[in-house]
Amino acid sequence: MADIRNNFLGIRSPNPFWLASAPPTDKEYNVVRAFKAGWGGVVWKTLGEAGPPIVNVNGPRYGAIWGADRRLLGLNNIELITDRPLEVNLREMKQVKRDWPDRALIASIMVPCEEAAWKAILPLVEETGADGIELNFGCPHGMSERGMGSAVGQVPEYIEMVARWCKQNTRMPVIVKLTPNITDIRYPARAAKKGGADAVSLINTISSITSVDLDDFSPEPSIDGKGSHGGYCGPAVKPIALNMVAEIARDPETRGLPISGIGGVTNWRDAAEFMALGAGNVQVCTAAMTYGFKIVQEMIEGLKNWMDEKGHATLDDIIGRATPNVTDWQYLNLNYVAKAHIDQEACIKCGRCYIACEDTSHQAITSMVDGVRHFEVMEDECVGCNLCVNVCPVESCITLVPLAAGTMDERTKKKVSPTYANWTTHPNNPMAKARVAELAE
Amino acid sequence: MAEGLLKEGIVAGRLPPEAYAENFGDLHPPLDHHEALVESDRCYFCYDAPCMQACPTTIDIPMFIRQIGNGNPLGAAKTIFDQNILGGMCARVCPTETLCEEACVREAAEGKPVQIGRLQRYATDTAMARNRQFYERPAPTGRKIAVVGAGPAGLACAHRLAMHGHDVVVFEVREKSGGLNEYGIAAYKTVDGFAQAEVDYVTAIGGIRIENGKALGRDFSLADLTAEYDAVFLGAGLGGVNALRAEGEDADGVANAVDFIETLRQADDLAALPVGRRVVVIGGGMTAIDAAVQSKLLGAEEVTICYRRGQEHMNASDYEQDLAAANGVAIRHWLQPKKVIAEGGRVAAIELEYTALRDGRLAGTGEMLRIEADQVFKAIGQSFDAAPLNGSGNSIAMENGKIRVDAEGRTSLAKVWAGGDCVADGREDLTVSAVAAGRDAAESIHRALSA
Ligand SMILES: Cc1cc2nc3c(=O)[nH]c(=O)nc-3n(C[C@H](O)[C@H](O)[C@H](O)COP(=O)(O)OP(=O)(O)OC[C@H]3O[C@@H](n4cnc5c(N)ncnc54)[C@H](O)[C@@H]3O)c2cc1C
Ligand SMILES: Cc1cc2nc3c(=O)[nH]c(=O)nc-3n(C[C@H](O)[C@H](O)[C@H](O)COP(=O)(O)O)c2cc1C
Ligand code: SF4
Ligand code: SF4
Ligand code: SF4
Repeated sequence: MADIRNNFLGIRSPNPFWLASAPPTDKEYNVVRAFKAGWGGVVWKTLGEAGPPIVNVNGPRYGAIWGADRRLLGLNNIELITDRPLEVNLREMKQVKRDWPDRALIASIMVPCEEAAWKAILPLVEETGADGIELNFGCPHGMSERGMGSAVGQVPEYIEMVARWCKQNTRMPVIVKLTPNITDIRYPARAAKKGGADAVSLINTISSITSVDLDDFSPEPSIDGKGSHGGYCGPAVKPIALNMVAEIARDPETRGLPISGIGGVTNWRDAAEFMALGAGNVQVCTAAMTYGFKIVQEMIEGLKNWMDEKGHATLDDIIGRATPNVTDWQYLNLNYVAKAHIDQEACIKCGRCYIACEDTSHQAITSMVDGVRHFEVMEDECVGCNLCVNVCPVESCITLVPLAAGTMDERTKKKVSPTYANWTTHPNNPMAKARVAELAE
Repeated sequence: MAEGLLKEGIVAGRLPPEAYAENFGDLHPPLDHHEALVESDRCYFCYDAPCMQACPTTIDIPMFIRQIGNGNPLGAAKTIFDQNILGGMCARVCPTETLCEEACVREAAEGKPVQIGRLQRYATDTAMARNRQFYERPAPTGRKIAVVGAGPAGLACAHRLAMHGHDVVVFEVREKSGGLNEYGIAAYKTVDGFAQAEVDYVTAIGGIRIENGKALGRDFSLADLTAEYDAVFLGAGLGGVNALRAEGEDADGVANAVDFIETLRQADDLAALPVGRRVVVIGGGMTAIDAAVQSKLLGAEEVTICYRRGQEHMNASDYEQDLAAANGVAIRHWLQPKKVIAEGGRVAAIELEYTALRDGRLAGTGEMLRIEADQVFKAIGQSFDAAPLNGSGNSIAMENGKIRVDAEGRTSLAKVWAGGDCVADGREDLTVSAVAAGRDAAESIHRALSA
């Protein structure tokens, strides 16, 4: 049986599934329920400075988009950091850590961008026995208007500065939580590393407006007729998060920096994908908020089952395994040729592949053969783009089949070459010749 | 002479040879991979799921469906087997329309429950096809338990005891194990020898020895068992059949529905199995429906179920009644049998009296109906045969003709537990209830032995 015990920065947890800093981790009651259900760790809901507590709106905090059957695909929120007094949170954290020593407990912190503020809170957190801290530089709404959250996370120099303050003022491992609301995630990650951070976690939520009420023209969630952008999360953000994790994992400047992967993790497979791209563990928020804490059991069992079936004994056997396979477009093998193939047994003849290809792509699928409704790929037209595969409602009905080296590509009338060749050496690339000349020198 | 369908009397080979395989094929064919994914997608992963509460074995249905949806059918199977080691059979034979699927919130939402039974079959079939065993027997405890009856109750009990490291000997009077899974359930619900495959799958855990051909009350007494074993579990089912109390009941051509079904289940060649041209089935439960539908599938021309009360009183679910109707069986209500009319010692017709409720009591109205029949099946319920228990030591306390048990399955006798159809525990007589009772009694035995 696969061993899925997790060691992240020396912080041990029985599995790599942590709850992200958010409502599920806002108080002892929730966290104890989560640990009972089996979660490996929690990042406590973000703490602010001592003093008058944060206030939240008293109307809707969430907006959403749904798929078929109202399956929640994306959630948007305008909630701020914890609105409970600091002392209460600290007291509860201490109690929970004492009662659940085998689980990870991380304190998420967001205080003003002044060293004194950080110096003040760090010893209080340390005193709870928390295993580490996570700096919330991500929250894109509300707090950012006050110069915190993503207002810090969008300026690499600030990230570096605050990370350094923290490293200087605590012995606890420091995780910097990154906002995705930037153009290139590598810059904030590099800054975190320069500041001495032990790890980064990402992503926090993405600035968003989920919908507009077309009767009163208010963005949603609507607070008395007005709305403000919120933070987007849930299954819809996973691809964005995966890419950002991969970017950091393979950037020469941050390679090896531990990553806690966050964003849309809903089942074991999502978690395995994050880890394969370089995340040392994952954090979950929306899935727990949608289905309750029990889903972690599916994640644990599913991950173990997959690892057993593939012969992976520990998480180290999977973490980062896909990172080397993430590359730049220019290095992709242009001699790799694949063609769509429709399994006629599985096809239900809905015609979606046809119309997608016919109207918007390469006119490579039939709709009628000998007067009969029949969908088949014409290999002399198919460019292997994968669009039909993605629009077909039947899983595995259309597959993209690679052509073996030496076989004829009916579209180009050329034999498939057995050798790898990419854009950098392609004859159509004006830079290629210069490059060849350069190499010859 | 009329041939095939129209031939008078009880004869074999009414149908063209190829028709039998088709008629007795899988009632609910298995879901393929795509169908299972689409169906699993419909589940809402409800909190404290109503479906789960309605399952007598409390399988974590939302969890196993989520596991199927996330590509882990083996994990799904384990979730099922954790609660119900006969989850494969239950997936096939449970009247889901009155259990989990009736409770499914999507039944309430749009009248179309998630097809829990078929998803359960998808998961358990996947595990069994790969012969994937999920439980290892711990080091033997040295305790020995005797189980009487290798039906669902006995098998579930034996498996759970083996999981706790106890040694189990199952005494089964019949040649084959499985109880009514092997001898009673309608053929089209459990095709391709599934009952025996499941017995093998369940006993593969080890520590369970089944002794076929050994009967309590004939080969040994209850007192022998309690003397020799640390505990005894009685899962003997219902051996008796209720009498019709109609005149002429012993004419040729009158038979117990359960015997007919048993013969059918054990037949190597259904074409060689005789059935009447006009069949009348007396009763209103699942057995009546099964006997009627299978008669029809064997080629009987006219099959009529006669039930002494109204449609709303029938034990058979709406689904079962629809199944009968779809197979061309006529169901008639408010009729009670009075007299079997024989010609030359053989059934020729049955005479029934109309009934009505008078002041809440069922009474004959005096009006009569005659239905031509060359075969009559009695399906008016089975009863517990207590004879094997008697004649040795203290007698066991009974309740309404069945063994009395407490909530854990303990009988009035020390060291003796019981469960399944043979007990009065308020559970419905269903495969899944028997599994729950056997499992729970095993836990109770284990607690008692570990105390
Ligand atoms: C025709 C018919 C159709 C049915 N269809 C369904 C259905 O579709 N779905 C459903 O859920 N339920 C169905 N049931 C009910 C279900 O089969 C029973 O509730 C279930 O089998 C009860 O399990 P059990 O283990 O208590 O008893 P059984 O299955 O009856 O098993 C008892 C075992 O004990 C053995 N035994 C009896 N006496 C002795 C003895 N003295 N010594 C040794 N061994 C002995 C018997 O041979 C038998 O193998 C049906 C029942 C019948 C009769
Ligand atoms: C209602 C809500 C409140 C959140 N509050 C915080 C917070 O206080 N601190 C923080 O670092 N992240 C916060 N987040 C972001 C989550 O921790 C997480 O990064 C994000 O939701 C993406 O993960 P998911 O797709 O699993 O939800 C919040 C998210 C939600 C939905
Ligand atoms: S989820 Fe709970 S707190 Fe939120 S609106 Fe509904 S009832 Fe109120
Ligand atoms: S989209 Fe898929 S199912 Fe529909 S016609 Fe094309 S191949 Fe067939
Ligand atoms: S009640 Fe229906 S939708 Fe809800 S968990 Fe059960 S099967 Fe799924």
